Order: sequence, then C-alpha cells, then structure tokens
Amino acid sequence: MKTRVYVTLKGGVLDPQGKAIHHALEGLGFSGVNDVRAGKLIELDLEDGVAEADIDAMCRKLLANTVIENYRIERGS
Amino acid sequence: MRSAVIVFPGSNCDRDLAVAIRDVTGREPAMVWHRETELPADIGLIALPGGFSYGDYLRSGAMAARSPIMRAIADAAGRGVPVLGICNGFQVLTEAGLLPGALMRNAGLSFVCRDVSLTVETSQSIFTNRYSAGEGIRIPVAHHDGNYQADAATLDRLEGEGRVAFRYAEEVNGSARSIAGVINETGNVLGMMPHPERLMETAQGGTDGRRLFEGLLEAVA
Repeated sequence: MKTRVYVTLKGGVLDPQGKAIHHALEGLGFSGVNDVRAGKLIELDLEDGVAEADIDAMCRKLLANTVIENYRIERGS
Repeated sequence: MRSAVIVFPGSNCDRDLAVAIRDVTGREPAMVWHRETELPADIGLIALPGGFSYGDYLRSGAMAARSPIMRAIADAAGRGVPVLGICNGFQVLTEAGLLPGALMRNAGLSFVCRDVSLTVETSQSIFTNRYSAGEGIRIPVAHHDGNYQADAATLDRLEGEGRVAFRYAEEVNGSARSIAGVINETGNVLGMMPHPERLMETAQGGTDGRRLFEGLLEAVA
C-alpha cells in the first residue's frame, strides 16, 4: 500500500531554499507569489497491516527532524 | 585512555582528526567503523569527523545518527565520556539528540569554505579551557549546512548556561545568534562547525585549533 509522508519546515523556521525559488520565480516574471516554502515528499510502499503508530514512529525517528520540521501522513488505499 | 574516531561512509576528515589526536595524545586513536556496536573498553574520548556521511541524504547527519555505533556513543556520553563532533560530526550529534537544535542549509545557499573569525564564548569547559572567554580566533569552515537553529527558549537556555562555546564574529551561514558551537547540559559533548583539526601546526597557517585538543587531553587525563 502506498503511503505518502509530507515533510515541511515549521512555521517560524527560515527556508533559504524556498526564498531562492521565490526569487527565481520573480526573475521569470511570475508575479503574485507571496511566499514559497520547500519541503519533501517521501513515498512508502508498505505491506498491509502496518499500523498507523508505526508510520508515525518512522516519521519521528527518521523521516522528519521535529526540531525544525512537521510531517503529515497520507495513507493510500 | 583510548580515543576513537568514528568513521561513517562519506566521512572525509577522519584521518585529519586522527592525526590531530595522535599528535596531542601520543597514541593512535582507534578508527571505529559505524557498523560496530562497541567502543574500546577504556574509551576516554570519542571524535566524530567532518565529511558527507551518506551523501547528506535525507538531512545532513540523519542517516549516520541512526548507525549501530551511535547507541554505544550515547551510552558513553551518558557516562560522561567526552564527545567532540566537528562539522558533519556536529550535524550527526544534533540528529542523534545528543545536542539540541538543528543545522540547516546556509542562509546564502552557498557552500562556505574559508577561514572565519570566531569568538570563544566560554573558557569554562573541558573543550575551551586553553582559550580565554572573549578571545578572537580564526578557524576554517567548509560546509553547506551550518545554519544553526533552535527555538528561542533553547537558545536562551544555551546562552544562560554558558553552553555556547563559539560564536561567529562575522556573517557566515545565518546561524541563530551566530552560534558556531554548543555544549550539552552535562558539559561533555561539544559540536562545532569550524575545523580545529585543520589548525594544528604553523605550517597549516596557525595553531588556534591545537589548543582545543591540548586542553581536552589535559581535562580527561
């Protein structure tokens, strides 16, 4: 089963990569972009029966650094 | 007293660090591969070198921090054994939870590789006892992810408890409060982005780094 983990920087954390992307978009002439935040998408192919709690533990122990990042789990069908 | 230099796949300052430790201690450190589960029995100093462990995949230091040897390092650190993490070693120690905060991409996005001016913030540690508080030194940095970040409460606590070892005296990477090196709560774990092992003798341009190793040796002897 495919499960997606979205890892994003916490609100107050400065995102230098997002800022650079923002500048590049402006350089290409795209207006109306207020802010850009860059994150990660990690796709897991899981066996049936892997518990939600285990996926959460994977996120906390490795996939995200909760000092600076938030994560969101999107379970596939 | 044995020293150990931990070697991860992608470490590239491990030999420099071993030479620095050998110069000061007169004894060859054990080179411990990350897959090992035990450190030398009479371990007295653990050093985590710079480099690009696991190619900085996921986050710098993230994979290395989950290596088998890290459990033994956490145990030893808990017993009070000094642990020194330089550059990638600092990133590994924060990822492993042995030091607070995180090291993010440099604010300017560029890899920074040059000598930088630092201020020694405290001489009251086993790592900085050969320096004077407030002293200015110059040490090379070479990193892409040296932008130290932690929440305001953590930063306040680090400063209040004298656990900021070094600060940048110039803009380098966007680190919160210009922090270049921090010490853990019990005073036996230091992580720093600059490379003291690259300034051990005058032929390298100075000896500002050597005093860290000399002071540390004196403290653990």
